[in-house]
Amino acid sequence: MRWPIQLLLGSALFAVFLIAALLSLIWTPYPVTELAIADKLSPPSADHWLGTDHLGRDMVSMLMAGARTSIAVALLAVGIGIALGVPLGLAAAARRGTLLDEVIMRGNDLVFAFPSLVIAILITAVFGPSAVNAILAIGIFNVPVFARVARGAALTVWPREFILAARVAGKGAALISAEHILPNIANLLVVQGTIQFSMGILAEAGLSYVGLGAQPPTPSWGRMLADAQTFFYAYPRLALLPGLCIVMTVLGLNLMGDGLRDFLDPRLRRAVR
Amino acid sequence: MIHYTATRLLSLTLSLVAASLVVFAVVEVIPGDPAAYMLGLNAAPEAVEALRDELGLTGSLAERYFSWAGGMLRGDFGTSFTYRVPVADLVAQRLWVSVPLAIFALVLSTLIALPVGMLAAARRGRATDYGIMGATQLGIAVPNFWFAMLLVVLLAITWPIFPAGGFPGWDAGFWPALKALTLPAVALALPQASILARVMRSALIETLGQDYIRTARAKGLTEGQAIRNHGMRNAMIPVLTIIGLQFSFLLAGAIIIEKVFFLPGLGLLIFQGITQRDLVVVESVVMLLVFAVILVTFLVDLAYAAVDPRLRHGR
Repeated sequence: MRWPIQLLLGSALFAVFLIAALLSLIWTPYPVTELAIADKLSPPSADHWLGTDHLGRDMVSMLMAGARTSIAVALLAVGIGIALGVPLGLAAAARRGTLLDEVIMRGNDLVFAFPSLVIAILITAVFGPSAVNAILAIGIFNVPVFARVARGAALTVWPREFILAARVAGKGAALISAEHILPNIANLLVVQGTIQFSMGILAEAGLSYVGLGAQPPTPSWGRMLADAQTFFYAYPRLALLPGLCIVMTVLGLNLMGDGLRDFLDPRLRRAVR
Repeated sequence: MIHYTATRLLSLTLSLVAASLVVFAVVEVIPGDPAAYMLGLNAAPEAVEALRDELGLTGSLAERYFSWAGGMLRGDFGTSFTYRVPVADLVAQRLWVSVPLAIFALVLSTLIALPVGMLAAARRGRATDYGIMGATQLGIAVPNFWFAMLLVVLLAITWPIFPAGGFPGWDAGFWPALKALTLPAVALALPQASILARVMRSALIETLGQDYIRTARAKGLTEGQAIRNHGMRNAMIPVLTIIGLQFSFLLAGAIIIEKVFFLPGLGLLIFQGITQRDLVVVESVVMLLVFAVILVTFLVDLAYAAVDPRLRHGR
């Protein structure tokens, strides 16, 4: 089987930021919480490859730690979406047309009416701002997305003959869903997971830009952009670099998603946008 | 059509009730007494009690919910804890910024995306198509607030064509106000236009493969005529879905973009509300945003039925 160029390109792009994020767990060129006001706004040099920000923090270190925050928040939010959404979608499909199906799907519609920013605003109003809020807000927004994809895909598997065979063998709906339906819809879930992952990166950046996400001193790309806004004209580097990191990560994930979709099953191209 | 509209209307009402219960419940669990907070530590207990009464904080849970929800229905959103003016007045002022901004962005995004998507579909598999698909792939990946910052540096500072921020108000005249909203609207619209153009392209390509298009072509219509007369209407369903979904993203996105341009819209109001713990304001604006999303979903459902007669009877 031929590997689609998109998948290779996207994976390579994303891998750069994933490695930077993982590396930041054990090593960054400078500690990200270390302020060096004397060194502030210094241009790129041998000491600071991408220069320093308005508080003298090393840009390379900040960007690496920012990758960690973005990827961690978006990944956990996808995890919440899958952990809650997929079982709900599978249950709705197993009991299609019943009250349970209706309740789950209308519940989905209701959550869908709350954009993730609005959920974040509500959570922040209750608990105050933090990175955990961002994870919860984006995660809750992901739940109906995965529930719908899982239900829609599961509905196409249920009429198949091997499901009938499993039912004749006496397996219950829950067991069939877990053993036979889930493996057959996993491809779609992986593709959707990649899309939600990239949307999560964008959402996290937006939330931390407006101050509803990760709080200082935790570095995040959105936070860096908010800080750099007033310096943009004089020091474009400060705002261009975090922005480009976001664009590259999201682009990489989107290409990966498109490539995966083609790679896993060309027939699914039309099933997911 | 009447039956269909009635069913949709019922589901709209139920969604609104459910959403209001969620918002009310969230605000209920917030610790602290706003009245005590407003009057400070040395306030007399009687004064706090009187203010609680004035703010509608007394009574049982159900009483408070019905007085809040009933008030909203009458356009009475309560009194802001910090501004001491009716929230409805505050919101009304801000709506004159946020709603025009969202509509402006939606119009821009649609005007850009539909022709671009059609062009890509017509030239599918050729260089134009690849160019458009590449550009939209990039457009989707760009955070709108960062794009907004780039626009400000380029078109407000380097070449001062548009204002860098602030809003003169509609009293200053239509054009100055529109000019202040242009960069924010462009920043909001471009990522959305990228998504919409891709949807338009794939929807159109899908319909172009259908038998009725071949029939139309066999009857002697040119490809352009076949697309206009038969393809477009069928491709509109997925496109309408995305336009409807986008409106909620645009409203939410507007909140972030308003911060980039210091526009006095709902976004600024809600962030002030959060920092000052002015919960009536937060609660009202959130409810309003959710109401807008539910209303747009309802309108999109009606639009489906107008485009596709089968849906009027199907459900």
